[in-house]
Formats: sequence, C-alpha cells, structure tokens
Amino acid sequence: MINQSIIKALKNIVGPEHLLSEKEDMYTYSYDAAVLTPRMPSAAVMPASTEELGRIVSLCHENCIPITVRGSGTNLSGGTIPETSGIVLLTGLLNKIIEINEQDMYAVVQPGVVTATLAAAVEQKGLFYPPDPGSQLVSTLGGNVAENAGGLRGLKYGVTKDYVMGLHFFDARGNYVKTGSRTVKCATGYNLTGLMTGSEGTLGILDEIILKLIPAPIARQSMVAVYDTIEQASETVAGIIAARIIPATLEILDNFTIRAVEDYSRVGLPIDAAALLLIEVDGHPVVVKEDGEKVEALCRKMGAKEIKVAETEKERDKIWAARRSALSALAKLKPTLVLEDATVPRSKIPDMVLALQQIASEFNIDIGTFGHAGDGNLHPTILTDRRNTEEFKRVEEAIEAIFDKALTLGGTLSGEHGTGLAKAPFLEKEAGFSSVLFSRQLRRALDPQNILNPGKITGLSEEDSI
Amino acid sequence: MNQMNELAALVKELEEQLVICTRCGMCQSVCPLFEQTHKETDVARGKLALLDGLMKNIFSDPNGVTQRLNKCLLCGSCAANCPSGVNVLEIFIKARAILTEYKGLSVLKKIIFKKMLANPGTFDTLTQWAGWFQSLFMKSESNAQKTSCVRLISPLIDNRHILPIARTAFHKTLSPQIQKAPGSGLSALFFTGCLIDKFLPNVAHASVKVLNHHDVTLIIPRGQGCCGIPALASGDRATFTKLVDHHLDLFQKDEFDVLVTACATCTSTIKKLWPTVYKNPSNSVKNQLHTLSEKTMDINQFLVDHVNPDFKKDLSTTQQKDREIVTYHDPCHLKKSLGVAAQPRKIIRAAGKTLVEMDGSDRCCGMGGSFNLYHYGLSSSIGALKQKNISETGCRTVSTGCPACMMQISDMLAKKKKNIKVRHPMELYARALADKIT
Ligand SMILES: Cc1cc2nc3c(=O)[nH]c(=O)nc-3n(C[C@H](O)[C@H](O)[C@H](O)COP(=O)(O)OP(=O)(O)OC[C@H]3O[C@@H](n4cnc5c(N)ncnc54)[C@H](O)[C@@H]3O)c2cc1C
Ligand code: SF4
Ligand code: SF4
Repeated sequence: MINQSIIKALKNIVGPEHLLSEKEDMYTYSYDAAVLTPRMPSAAVMPASTEELGRIVSLCHENCIPITVRGSGTNLSGGTIPETSGIVLLTGLLNKIIEINEQDMYAVVQPGVVTATLAAAVEQKGLFYPPDPGSQLVSTLGGNVAENAGGLRGLKYGVTKDYVMGLHFFDARGNYVKTGSRTVKCATGYNLTGLMTGSEGTLGILDEIILKLIPAPIARQSMVAVYDTIEQASETVAGIIAARIIPATLEILDNFTIRAVEDYSRVGLPIDAAALLLIEVDGHPVVVKEDGEKVEALCRKMGAKEIKVAETEKERDKIWAARRSALSALAKLKPTLVLEDATVPRSKIPDMVLALQQIASEFNIDIGTFGHAGDGNLHPTILTDRRNTEEFKRVEEAIEAIFDKALTLGGTLSGEHGTGLAKAPFLEKEAGFSSVLFSRQLRRALDPQNILNPGKITGLSEEDSI
Repeated sequence: MNQMNELAALVKELEEQLVICTRCGMCQSVCPLFEQTHKETDVARGKLALLDGLMKNIFSDPNGVTQRLNKCLLCGSCAANCPSGVNVLEIFIKARAILTEYKGLSVLKKIIFKKMLANPGTFDTLTQWAGWFQSLFMKSESNAQKTSCVRLISPLIDNRHILPIARTAFHKTLSPQIQKAPGSGLSALFFTGCLIDKFLPNVAHASVKVLNHHDVTLIIPRGQGCCGIPALASGDRATFTKLVDHHLDLFQKDEFDVLVTACATCTSTIKKLWPTVYKNPSNSVKNQLHTLSEKTMDINQFLVDHVNPDFKKDLSTTQQKDREIVTYHDPCHLKKSLGVAAQPRKIIRAAGKTLVEMDGSDRCCGMGGSFNLYHYGLSSSIGALKQKNISETGCRTVSTGCPACMMQISDMLAKKKKNIKVRHPMELYARALADKIT
C-alpha cells in the first residue's frame, strides 16, 4: 500500500477529480483483456498534460512507487495488471492529435489517442496509417507502440514498429528523453525508438509519438476462396508468397470459425467449407488487376473449389466485416476465450495448421483457428469456461503444446500480443537465457528501483534469477 | 461482513450472464459516458467487473458499487456493440433491483415510487397540481422549443430549460370516440406513457390522428400509468411489479392485435424488460408477458411494416427544393434496443420533408432518465455534442421518436438559443395529413 501523503501529493498534481483510490475503482484497474488473475493497484491517476505526467513519474521515482501505464487495457498478455503496491497511470486524457503534417507525411500524437481516430483523421487528408489491430476502435497508440501491435495489413504494410519515427518519453528517474526525429532517415545515437517500441511500459513512459504516414493506395480488390481441406488453403498461402506476390491482407478461417461467424452474422459464408482464404491486393490499378488475376489462378491451381471476387465496395466490406467478426463470433460460444498468437515462418503455415488440429483433439478442447495466415500469425482461439478447473488445466497444457510446436517450426510465442505476464515465464524457452539476462540487466541499469511495470516481460522474480 | 455474504449470494443470480463478458474493452468505443470521463467504472466493462467483485464478496459495503452502477445512462450502446453479446442492460437493471432490495429505497424515492408512481390515479392528480403551480415559479420562453426556465435560481432546476407540464394531460381529453375508434384494419392498443401524457400530449393526439387516418381500430384504455422504467432504474422491483400487474389487468379487457406506443423507452421496457425482470412470475403471468411482448411495437414500425400504406406517395404539395429540412435523432431505446431506424425516417419523408442526416444520429443524447437529474453536468456535456450535430445540418426541425430525448434536445437547443423545433415523427406526419386534407 502507498501512504496517504503520496495520495495527497498525487492529488495535488492532477486535481482530486483525476486521482482514484477507493477499492471499487481499484478493482476496475485490476484486469485487462488477458485471461489472468486480477490484481489491484493502490491508486489510479489521470494526468492531463506532459507536465503532470512528468511530475507523477518524478514523485514515484523519489518514493520508489511502481507505475503501470494503462491505455485502454485491451492487451491480451496482462501488460496492465499492476503490482499491488503501485499506481496505475491512465493515459485517457492525453488524447490530442498534436499535428498531421501532410508535406512531410507524419503525425505527432499524445499516447492516449485512439488508433481509429488517428486513422480517420489522416484518411481525411488522403493519407494512410496502416497498422489496424482488431481492437483499433478502442486501443490507444501508446498501447500499440508499447505492444508493437500488428493487424490485418501486416503482410504488406508491416506492423506498428514500421511506423514509429520518434518518441518522447519519461525514463524511470523522471527525465524527459527524446529519440528519433521527424525525418525519414535518422542515424544519430542509439536506435532508442526501436528499443522502446514493444517495451510494454518497462523502459519508459511514452508521451509524444511521431508516426510515419504513407499515401493511401489508389485501388484494391478483395476475394474469398473456398476450400474442401484446410491443407489446400494453407498451401495456397505458402504458394502465394512463393510466387512473390504480397497481398495487403491474406487471412484464413477454419471450419469451426466459419460456422461461428455465419451463426453470428449470417453473411452467407459456406458453412460446409473446410477453410476460407480472404485476400486483398491493393496499389496501382494496373498492378492490382494483374496481381488479382495471378492470385485467383493460384488459388484454383491449389484446389480452391470456388472463388468469389468482390464486385462492389459493399461486397468488399461484407468480406472484411465477416473477418472482423470472427473473434466476437467465437466469443459468444463459451464464457472464456483464450486468444493465442504463436507465429511461424509463413512457409510453415500448413504444418502449424495441422498441429493445431492435432492439439485440439489430443487435449480434447475446442480450438477455432483464424488469423493473419499471410504473415504466419495464426490466432488459435481456445473456447472454455475458466470455472471448469479440470478443463482449464487441459487448456493450459494445450497452450504450452502450441508454444512448443511454434518454436520447433522456427517461430515465436507471440506475433503481436506481447509478452506481459502471460508469456514472461516462456521467454527463456524462445530466446535463451542470455537474452533474458541481457534484458534484465538492461532494465536494472535503466530502472534500478524496478518501478516501471515490474514483473512484465522479463519475469516476476527479478531478484532470484540474476 | 456476514450480510455482504448474503448480498454476494443474491448477485450470484447473475453469474451466468456476468461470465460472458471477456473484458475485451470494446464497449469503451461507444459509451457516451466514458467518452466524457475516461473512467473505467463508467463503462460497462468496469461495472460488470464491480458486480463480479460483489459476487466474490470483496467489498465491505455495497454503497460504492451502487453509486457507480447508478451512474449510467442505461442507453444500451454497450450492449448493442458488445462482441460477446453480454446482455448489459438486463444485468444492470437486475443488479439495481438486487442492491435496492438489499439496502432499501431512499425515503424520497419511496414516496415518489410507492405512493405516487405505483398508483396511476394519484400520480395523475399530482402532476396536474404541479402543472398549475409551475406557472408560479417557471417562466415560459418564447423560443422554438417552447421551454420554460426558472424565474429565480433554484438548485433543483439549475439552469435547465424544461418542457412545461401540459395544461391538459392527454388522458383528460379522451372522449369515448377517441378511446375506442373502430376501423377496418388491424386493431391497436395505444399505450400513452407518462411523458407523452403529461408533457407532450400533442404526440398522442397526432398518433391518434394518424392511426385513425389509416383505419386502424384503436383502443386507448383509461387508467393507464407508467411503464415502470423509472422505478426499475432505481431498483424498485416492487413498484415495477405492481405497475405491470395493473396493466396486465387493464389490457385483458380488450382484444387487440398489437400494442403500440410513441415512446421508444416505453416500447423497449414493455417488450424487453417486462418479461425478463418480473420476479418469479406464475406460469400464466409469464405467458401473458410473453404474448404482450411479441405484440408490442413502436408506432413508426407498426405503420411502415404492418399497416403498410404506400409511403412513397408523397403528401407534400411543395416543390422538392422548398421542403423543410428535418434531421432525425435515433433514440437509443429504438435503434440499439429494438433495431428500429429505417421506419421513422420513412415516415418523415412521407410527411414531405427533406431528411438530412446528422453526424452520429445514433449517439445518445445524454438524457438517461434519472441520470439527467443526478448528473446534470455530464448529461449536458453529452447533450451539447448532440446539439452541435443537429445544428450543423442546417435543419429547421429535429425529429425523434422518444419523448425523453425530445425533452433533453429541447433543453440543449434552448441553451444555445437555436431556432430549431423538436417534433415527433407522428407530429410531422399528422400535420402533413391535415394539410393535405384541408
Ligand atoms: C478484441 C481484440 C482484438 C485485438 N486485436 C489485435 C490485433 O489484431 N493485433 C494486435 O497486435 N493486438 C490486438 N489486440 C491486443 C491489444 O488491443 C493491443 O495490444 C493494443 O496495442 C493495446 O492497446 P491499449 O491501448 O489497450 O493498451 P493497454 O492494454 O492499456 O496497454 C498495453 C501495454 O502498453 C503499455 N502502455 C500503454 N500506454 C503506454 C505509454 N503511454 N507508455 C508506456 N507504456 C504504455 C502498458 O503498460 C501495457 O504494458 C486485440 C485485443 C482485443 C481485445
Ligand atoms: S461488456 Fe462486452 S464489449 Fe464490454 S468488455 Fe464485456 S464483452 Fe467486451
Ligand atoms: S448503458 Fe450507456 S452509459 Fe451505461 S455503460 Fe452502457 S454505454 Fe455506458
């Protein structure tokens, strides 16, 4: 617990309105979208300016109080579940778009700006901010940068890290650090921008974010390919990449997911199909046409029994609405949904898909699989009821089996959801002990008091393991 | 602590509905309250978590949770957009009832609900008196919204611009002919609702004219009261039950095909909450509630989907370009709760108006029933956004299908001295019918 004088000091900084410490409020900052045990902070504080933010960090540094930053709390790895003794720092009021520069094509934002708000604002100016996580209507850009969030367009356009040009952040001592720049190139100093991206609030607290924008693509074409076996579908994915075509989006839905989506939204998906590929190519109209035809031919060659090309914007929207509703549709089936994002090199997608089916039957659990097949990032989604302890144990075992398989195939535990608390114990398995040790030493050097989001990424028991 | 155990056991009734929430947080994108405050306890995810906390008995008293749970517009924006299909409103209403039954109603609420609302007769007389007294301390403003504001600053009224209580409530004007008008078409029981009866009787008069015009057999039973939502929102399930029983009894006396209302909130309460929140109904009551729910619909929906006149036939005599510009606000309880959005628009067009859509037509106006009473500042900030969107269309009239929204929007427009009228679609349509005929 933190003492009353600290609460008072925090109140002085942000005003009584923006400091919460009653147990009821604390309970609502004890969780995020990950399926983990909730833990309450001692206070939650909502700064409304850089100045307030800085004063809070300094105060915490002086008094050795852990800080967990929280954007919208939608991360899926427990990144915002605090240590009991600390505070949660809310970025909701730091939500201004500071600048959209059309000439130099960048935007400067505060960390609490919602992803979709920025995307819409730049679209109005004919520009494009591609990273589009499924949570874009709520997720904050601070959260996106801190998790290095991906999205449906990752295959061609990359993920958040490919758009972060520069950052301003407070370090653990409350110093204001500026990295990167507003230029396309920047080779001064360490690439701290890269280090901070994906650091989940463990190395610093992001204030201003400079993001790269690109011109919006002129043309696009979407299609759905229907398959009788999921192997054919996943081999098509590998085939498209091997043919050196990079669609903007290349998504897969398995039969379990197709049926759930159809049940939920009745958009007319073929419920007897074993798998669907949803594909979009974009760019210059001539290229779009050519690529579109090539992809169509490839799908047919690989065994697609039917291909439907969207003729109108409306048909296109329908295809992507179906994809976007996949998670929701699955979520309706059972009380608890565990969304994994183990990722493999894309040529290994067929092996991974097969492995997931085997794991589902071996552990006798329901797994719906969909996801960003094109970049090797599948979302095996496990449906269960956490209250059923016996089943939940099997679920946890199955998750480990999925991790193991992804690693044997040369992949990674998390393509986009981050390490947080959920995957911290498995980090060593993937990266090796030296890597974990290096990370811990880095952290200790930058944050000797261990106040920045303790417990995340590098594990809970800092003391014992160094 | 022991007693909190008891409460935990009561909340457990909601467990199966509560566990569906995956804490995905998507409700943050649509909650009008969260948009203002950015506090987790203001959004559905936080409130559902608090109920989970009660169920796990982690709080030492229920007051903190009650207070946070009650700070909610009950607009249903969260429920309508929840990926997991959490039935948020039903959970909130039931939870409010459980908490109130556990803690007891405040004295003031006891008087209002138990003594007044539960007895339609007393309630009618009291509002009539209030109507006579209001001229003493409110002055009417000669603005497009016909609101009143206070003569002297009163803490209760604040700087609200209130629609005055009507001189003559609708039910007072019910002649036997209106009360039962035979037609050749479907038969409809018209449920008036308190706000329309007492503040906006014109909406009821217009509805009657329209239904008559379309040859609907109309039944308007005397002795109608409140649909029960104010009591329910305060967790007073006893008064609610009493009101439902009263109406079930009343409606038994006539045969009718549909029950229509011109109030979005009454419709959604009768359709959705009567059957689900009524505590331990007998089998026969259960059946009655179920049948009634199936028969209940919004008046716009009834006209467009069931009476089905040729709404393409234009009632207007003016040229397209001279037509009055009208914008339409989607009441939460119509669009989000019942999926009724196209029908009122059809009616407005049929009334010969040019419909111009505002930005965010389905964003909550901020009224939220008693939310407006307890959180007037927040309610006004939300309402100000609506006002801005309405004004930006350049309309002369804003139309909406819920009297509560009409009152809130009137207040917001009056504050900004906007020359924009507020009308129910039935008022516009009835007016066009009258113009056409004369
Ligand atoms: C339905 C759903 C769909 C999703 N789809 C995707 C998807 O397609 N792709 C994807 O990558 N993710 C997805 N996610 C996960 C999640 O939305 C992302 O991780 C997102 O980036 C989190 O943003 P947030 O604002 O909610 O951050 P939070 O959850 O609040 O925080 C995430 C992490 O960032 C840190 N943080 C936040 N703000 C700051 C700051 N200013 N400074 C330093 N650290 C900070 C926090 O401490 C925490 O560690 C999805 C989640 C849900 C619920
Ligand atoms: S109420 Fe629905 S939208 Fe909100 S967090 Fe729960 S599941 Fe998600
Ligand atoms: S009902 Fe409305 S105000 Fe209440 S939590 Fe849901 S969206 Fe927010």
